Amino acid sequence: MDHDLYAWSNLFERPSLTLPNNARVAVMLTIPLEFFPLNPSGKPFKAPGSMVTPYPDFRHYTTRDYGNRVGVFRLMKVLDSYGFKANFAINAAIAEKYPLLLEEVVKAGHEVVAHGKDMDALHYGGMDHDLEKQYIAESLEILRSRSGQAVNGWLSPAFSESFETPHLVAAAGCTFICDWANDDLPYWMKTHGGKLVALPLSQEISDRRILIDYHQTQEGFVTQVLDQFDALYEEAGTHGARVFSLMLTPYISGLPFRIHAVETILKYISSKNGCINLTGTGIGHLLP
Amino acid sequence: MMRDPELYPYWPYKNRPKIRWENGAKIAFWVAPNIEFYELDPPKNPYRTPWGRPNPDIVGYSARDYGNRVGHYRMMEAMDKYNVRGSVSLSVAMCQHHPEIIKACNERNWEFFSHGIYNTRYCYGMDEAQERRIIEDALHTVKEATGQTIAGWLAPALTHTERTFDLIAEYGIRYTCDLFQDDQPQPIRVRQGKLISMPYSLEVNDVICYNSYLMSPRHYGDVLKRQFDQLYAESEESGTVMCIPLHAFLVGHPHRIKPFEEALQYITNHPDVWVTTAREIADYYAEHYYDTFASWNPQPV
Repeated sequence: MDHDLYAWSNLFERPSLTLPNNARVAVMLTIPLEFFPLNPSGKPFKAPGSMVTPYPDFRHYTTRDYGNRVGVFRLMKVLDSYGFKANFAINAAIAEKYPLLLEEVVKAGHEVVAHGKDMDALHYGGMDHDLEKQYIAESLEILRSRSGQAVNGWLSPAFSESFETPHLVAAAGCTFICDWANDDLPYWMKTHGGKLVALPLSQEISDRRILIDYHQTQEGFVTQVLDQFDALYEEAGTHGARVFSLMLTPYISGLPFRIHAVETILKYISSKNGCINLTGTGIGHLLP
Repeated sequence: MMRDPELYPYWPYKNRPKIRWENGAKIAFWVAPNIEFYELDPPKNPYRTPWGRPNPDIVGYSARDYGNRVGHYRMMEAMDKYNVRGSVSLSVAMCQHHPEIIKACNERNWEFFSHGIYNTRYCYGMDEAQERRIIEDALHTVKEATGQTIAGWLAPALTHTERTFDLIAEYGIRYTCDLFQDDQPQPIRVRQGKLISMPYSLEVNDVICYNSYLMSPRHYGDVLKRQFDQLYAESEESGTVMCIPLHAFLVGHPHRIKPFEEALQYITNHPDVWVTTAREIADYYAEHYYDTFASWNPQPV
């Protein structure tokens, strides 16, 4: 590589992972709960989902907030009806603003993953080192104390990192990070703060990519997600266990006309033998 | 700056000399995996910023790195299944960064041509000495890593100067994939040497179909089959070339691999298809058709 964060390896030549119950496919769902300030600094860029119109952009502010009030409850209901637990990547600002939401997530048995302060507090190359340390420390402190969970995982707002982010996150006690979209399986990163597992987040089949970026239909979304699942399921039979990872955004998938797509996906996956539902910490523990 | 580069003569797409490929095949079919390396912290370039976000843009970087850790092997397996050798558009620094991938391709008798050093280094505004060094580096690096002398060129990130074609021809490069004016090869006007334009494609290139046209994988598979059907039908009159340019970081995802594989199956199941490499097409054309076409003057009928 042109850096020392991780070593190259060929997915198809690695030792197979052993899943609990000798499952073929581990299913990992990730749901972000995000706060988009009405007055973003846009520094150094506006996160996807951020305000668009001149101030005050109530239209986008409330559209995003819809996800935290309504969409996420639709998603949690579907998850619950098929017995799935998910990673909930939560901005610290959400934990502070909406303690009732955090409580619902924790009570339902989902795993809280730190997702930075808010969607306008981005980590990026060239940012002040101490400020970044402070962002990470504050986010983890708020989420750990308010959720009562260990909070082992980190997802940077907008997947944006500085050169230091993985090192600082590991030093702050996280054991996995979800920002890097370069693999279908977890792998080790070597940081100055200790070892860190990079978890696969499959950005290519996220609801944002297919429905928003690619402007496709919810039926097209279902087809592609299930094609992804089927390909991994088949590959697991010949090449060893696979992780099927899906990211669902409350203000995208949680809309009334789209929620059936999530239901169709989870129903199909539930019907397949040899799948196990894990969240971040469980996936991270698979690596020898 | 030139108003008209006058790289080639105008030829109507009718009444052209009849091309028949090796063993009488009507269509020459080749697949061009772009095996690229993008840098995490590339130097600043005055003409173009490599990444959309400040370095490190780990979204862009890791999405491309996926190709070299995962996608390449899925793509290669699909091609193996239908005996399709790749003609690799290579960021030649891959020879140093990931020699394992180069070795796997070379063992399969795939061809390598130059796609620059890194896909995060651009040729815009280079002086002649700088551009010569890129070409010399490509020739040397690929020869050392694979034993092959590169015969083709696709400028890194499609970045050129006015003298790119003259220079590559001078160094003995025989074909360029940088020009999109035709579905048949065509001699290109250069200062010295013989250079042809090799039909590549942006329109059925996975990066354009997925990232610019925002196609679904199954739609892309359908596009590949229709592209083939039309060029196959037209090849009755005079042989055509079809290329599928790929990027493992796109086509190598689980949800995209099957439609590509099905397109390969569809195409290779037809008779009179020469499944080949760009170098072999260029050599065949040079031997059998270069002179015919170089002296051909289409007349009004």
